[in-house]
Formats: sequence, C-alpha cells, structure tokens
Amino acid sequence: MSSLKPEIVEKIKSLIPLYPAKQAVTLPALHLVQDQERCVSQQAIVEIAALLELSPAEIHDTMSFYGFFKTESNPLGKCRLWVCRSLACDLRGADDLLNKLITKLDVAPGQTTKDGMFTLEEAECIGACEGAPCVLINDVHSLNVFDADRLIDDIRKKL
Amino acid sequence: MAKFEPVLLKRIAKDNSDHIDSYIADGGYLGLKKVLKDMAPAQVIDLVKASGLRGRGGAGFPTGLKWTFLPKDHPGPIYLCINADESEPCTFNNRVLMEKDPHQVLEGIILTSYAVGASKTFIYVRYEYGDAYRSMERAVQQAYDKGLLGKNIQGSSFSLEAVMHKGAAAYICGEETGLIESLEGKRAWPRIKPPFPAIEGAFRKPTIVNNIETVSCVKNIIDLGADWFKSIGIPPDPTNPRDAGSYGPKLYCVSGHVNRPGLVELPMGISVRELITEHGGGVWKNRKAKGVIPGGNSMGFMTEAELDTKLDFNGPGKVGCLGLGTGAVTVFDDQTSIVDVLYNICRFFAHESCGQCTPCREGTAWMFKIIDRIRKGHGRIEDLNILEEVGNQIGTMPGTTICGLADGAGWPVKNAIRKYRNEFESYIKNGDKKVRTLNLQMSHH
Repeated sequence: MSSLKPEIVEKIKSLIPLYPAKQAVTLPALHLVQDQERCVSQQAIVEIAALLELSPAEIHDTMSFYGFFKTESNPLGKCRLWVCRSLACDLRGADDLLNKLITKLDVAPGQTTKDGMFTLEEAECIGACEGAPCVLINDVHSLNVFDADRLIDDIRKKL
Repeated sequence: MAKFEPVLLKRIAKDNSDHIDSYIADGGYLGLKKVLKDMAPAQVIDLVKASGLRGRGGAGFPTGLKWTFLPKDHPGPIYLCINADESEPCTFNNRVLMEKDPHQVLEGIILTSYAVGASKTFIYVRYEYGDAYRSMERAVQQAYDKGLLGKNIQGSSFSLEAVMHKGAAAYICGEETGLIESLEGKRAWPRIKPPFPAIEGAFRKPTIVNNIETVSCVKNIIDLGADWFKSIGIPPDPTNPRDAGSYGPKLYCVSGHVNRPGLVELPMGISVRELITEHGGGVWKNRKAKGVIPGGNSMGFMTEAELDTKLDFNGPGKVGCLGLGTGAVTVFDDQTSIVDVLYNICRFFAHESCGQCTPCREGTAWMFKIIDRIRKGHGRIEDLNILEEVGNQIGTMPGTTICGLADGAGWPVKNAIRKYRNEFESYIKNGDKKVRTLNLQMSHH
C-alpha cells in the first residue's frame, strides 16, 4: 500500500531536475513528508528511495543523521515548539521559560501533548539572540518570550 | 571622524524592504547590469581582491583569492553554494539580511556567480530560518520574473539558475564540506581536504562556498568600489606577517547581559568595550561584565580586563581567543557563574559533534561530562587539567580531526580554565553548587 500522497510524489518528482544527482532530493523529500505527516514512516522511506533510485538504507542513513526527522512511533504534534537553550537565551531566562512550558503543557522535552497539539523540544541556538529568550513555532521565530501561558494560548487560537 | 553610515543594513527598516520593486527603486541591480555590460569576470575578481574582502563566515579567508583557486578554463559546470546555515551560537546577522533585504543578498550571489563562472547556485538555508528562507525564495522568484536570473540575464551571455535548499537543524552543515555533503543528500560529514571544494566540491564539480554577509559585501564593493571598502577598517598588523588586514563594514551581533541586544553595522575593528557601551546600551542592571564570548561559542573568552581588544581578524588572537569568528559578542555579567557558562558551551558542542572523528565525538562528550560533574559539586581540582588536556588533543591543529568543530569546542574550555582558574578552583572547593534543574514532575508520569 502506498503511503505518500500523490501530490507529494509529484512535488518530489518536480524537484529532481533541479539537482545534478537524484540523491540531493533526499532532504527536500523528507521535509515534504514530515511537514504534512508529522513523521517519516518506514513505508515513506521506501517510497522516497524508489523515487530517487536509492536504497531505503541510504534515505534512512541521511534521515537518522539529523535528529530532526521523527519516525512513526514518535510523530510530531501539530506545533513543534523549540525552546532555545544556547548561551544568549540561557543568560536571559531560557531555563525558566522551559520549566514553565513543561508545567503548562505537562510534557517533558521531546514529548507530545495528549491532544497531539504540541511537541516540546529543546533547541541549540536558533539565531534570534537579540530577542532572548526565544522559541521557534515550527520554523517561525517568536522573540522575547517571557510569558509562557500567553505564548501557548496565542498558538492555540491560531491552530 | 565622520559618523559611519550603515551600508549593509541601510534598507532594513524600510517598508517592503524585501520586495524587488522597492529594491530597484533604491538603485538595486544597477551594479549587476553594469557588470554584465562592462566587466569581464576576471575584472570582478580583481576588484574584490583589491578590496581586501575576507570571508565573514568565521575563517576570514580572502574572498577573491578563494575564487582564483578554481581550475582555469574548466568546461563546467561550476557551482556556487551559499552558506546560509548560520548556526554559530549567538550569531544572527545572516538571518536579518535575508529576511529584510534578500535582493541585496541575491544581487551579491548573482555577481559572485558571474565572477566565478557558476551556472548554478544552491542557497542552503538552515531549517530554523523559515522566514528568511521564504523571503529568499520570493526574491529568487521575483528575480526570475524580471530576467535577473535564468537564461541570458539582461541579454548577456551569462545564465544562472538558483535553487533554494533547506537544512535540517545540524550545526555541522555550516562547515563548507559538511554543507556540500548535506546538499548532496548524505550525512553532513565534512570531507578530508585536499581536494578543496574549488577543485572538487558539490557533485564532484568545482565549487565555491560563500557566506551571506560576504556576498552582500561583494554587491556593495561593485557599487561603491574597492577603495571605498578599503577606506574602512584596519590595515594589516605589521607585527603579524599572516594578517591580511580587516577591511570594510562588519555586522556585529550583541547579546546576553546588555541593555539593548541587537545587530549593528560598524567599521571593522571596533573594540568590544565600545560595542557593549555605545551600541549594546551597556551591561544590564548596572553590573559589570565578567567576560564575553567575542565571536560565537568557538572563539573562547575575553575577560573584563581584555575588553579593549579590537574586533578585527587580528585582534581577538592577541588575547588568546581563536579569532574574530562571526563577530557575535555575548556578554555575561559578574553575577554569572563561569561554570554555568562553560557548561552551556560544552553541552552545545557535545550535542553538535557530527560523530565522524572519534577524538571530537568522545572529546566533546567527555568535556561535557566533566563540566557537568564539576557543576553538580562532584568536581576535583585535577578535572581542570583533564579538561585542558582533552581540549588540547582534539581538532585540526593537533591534527586529530577532519574539521575545525573540535578546535572550536576545545578553545573555550582552555580559555575559561586559563582565564578564570581561580573561580573554577573555588567552585570545586567550596562552591554553592546551586544547579538549576528542569521541573519534570508531570502529572501523568
């Protein structure tokens, strides 16, 4: 049974001519799948490999190098909330923020809330140090986050 | 001296600064059009060489010289990889350039491609920069629509394709051969050099890898001239035969315990003290600085007494730092424990070591374990010597690793212990060991 949606397959195919080698489409393909499915299943790996004429092991090798991609046993919530813990944020209250978010969401870093809305994660420097402490909501920065309750409530309203 | 006017950041506060129409209204792409009509690629290379521009990504290699390492009369293709994997902790100037003035960046990319003869450019943006990625993606599309990318740009014989590529949150992709491997769809394991990318890079073809701030400087050198660029900054230090000078404007990031964290463009070579007091609003809460990280985690530490050091390519080395790095200054005040600061930095490198070279993988992990032990109150004085020993043994300088990540991991450890040894010893002997912990008492666990 195929797991990739037809539009994802088409999108992956459309990227192949942009690169001198099909393998270069590995990361773009993994992103396309995870953005929609919130994980990359083993079946999706097999199908990406077939599209790129690679061994599934090659896709898996690249995918597992980056701690970024999730397997089907541990999918991301709708909102991946990355709390920066690197130096500039640490110096301005990142620990406090993370602790408040752990309490508010009732999950540990790396876990997803029961309603599937939030995955809480610790991140190394996300490059928004002028607004420390900062977080990423999926791939969008939120700066000067001092109020964890408000952050979560605002995201919930938008989701 | 006349007040310095920003050039790289000149447009960032304008409305619609990211749109091509506003960029063109401000004279954008005129430089490119002029170059395509009047200048041969070799002349562009000569101009950039004459400007003294050195790469802004951290290593400070002369940009024009790097370009000349490409094989002569190569049949192609030649690739330009743009390193927008800005991941050095406390650094964010590439993000602001891409978000707010993507066409300035893109014009620099097109000019650089023309100079080096690249027919394709891969713009590799770290995943965490979603807004910057989308801003660059829009800029690329607008440039295609206006005939500034694609076949026979502006009626010339020069053609260029631009491909946006997204990373997946790994620090090692900022190392240029790690970036190339990642682009190719593999683990981002840096390559053994030589061959350097200019000879054999992406997809085994000659490749130049340049940073976002660097190509933005190229754009302005074309518009304002090599003499303009060279009129700013610091000439070579006569006592250091290896110093090629530090010319041009520089984007300095200021973060940590200051009143006004932010990004500021200044002539290369401002002192750390002036940067903090005049542009960062001073140390917060009326405190004093205990020290700073002068250019990202990898560069080591400057103590309060060393803050008059100039932030040019040659300055930080004079006080034992690894170098200028990215020019991102992070201040920590005198109430901060040096043990906590070093713990944070060691955790970063242990997390980001790519695992390819054993000395780095094991060394960064052990340095983190040891500082963690010290921090929890179980340290021994001899741990400090062990930390220094590990720091000395990992990296390209002792010759035990393929890339410089380990040099950057060891440097802050060695610097911290040398410069703050008394504080470490006092902490080990009688520190308060008040370790912050995460609150993991969840209801359902």
